[in-house]
Amino acid sequence: MSMLASYLTLAAVLFCIGLYGVLTKRNAVVVLLCIELMLGAVNLNLIAFAKYGVVPSLAGQIFSLFAITVAAAEAAVGIAVLIVLYRSRATVNVDEYDRLGR
Amino acid sequence: MFPFNLNPTGEFFAFFALAVCAITGAVMALSLAKVVHTALSLAFTFVSLAGLFILLGAEFVAFVQVLIYVGAVTILMIFGIMMTKHRDEERERGRPLLETLAAVFCLCLFGILFFAIRSAGFPVPETALPADNTTEIGTLLFTKYAVPFELVSVLLTAAFIGAVALAKREEEPA
Repeated sequence: MSMLASYLTLAAVLFCIGLYGVLTKRNAVVVLLCIELMLGAVNLNLIAFAKYGVVPSLAGQIFSLFAITVAAAEAAVGIAVLIVLYRSRATVNVDEYDRLGR
Repeated sequence: MFPFNLNPTGEFFAFFALAVCAITGAVMALSLAKVVHTALSLAFTFVSLAGLFILLGAEFVAFVQVLIYVGAVTILMIFGIMMTKHRDEERERGRPLLETLAAVFCLCLFGILFFAIRSAGFPVPETALPADNTTEIGTLLFTKYAVPFELVSVLLTAAFIGAVALAKREEEPA
């Protein structure tokens, strides 16, 4: 097993932990954090392939920069939506977010 | 010898230590009861990921990871935790069927991924990355990837204006 396979396995472990958190956790903030964990695992894949891929190039690192930027935007909008929902429902439990309107 | 015919180099030991840190942080994040502890534990995972990026020769991405994830995203989540009320321990357990199903699904996904990774043959790269990554990334961002770079800045501006507009307290009494 080469180093690339080790990095890919670690990324798979982190992705699956994040997926389990997204599927089972009730708290909306924890769900958002687990989505960030999954995105971080994907970034690890991109950067591992940027070094150990067939043709090493910086494109993987640049893609991961774009992914980090989009993840930051997603976190900001997610927290804003969460705060608006909290004002109208007075809960952060995702089970109770079953309507978009009031 | 090692079962996976690994060569025990310094990079492998550094990788192993950082991987243990990352997985520990992620598992702790799922098992801790308080939400603030979850956020801090995931910050630990993100720092470990930044260490792995440095190990992979991506210094600039590692610093961006620390700045954005640990500095901005985690603090934003902690603000979100502070601004909402959490009933932490009450009603934490009680969905064993869903949790078992999710665990089985995640384990199956990991098994498929692991089998695919083990069975794929990765050829050894012929060339190496340039030594000064940061200079090269800067050059590439402003030449080859100039249009996506500007589009991402437009996306960021739109997202932050949208976030402010969403979270702005409305005047009407709720």
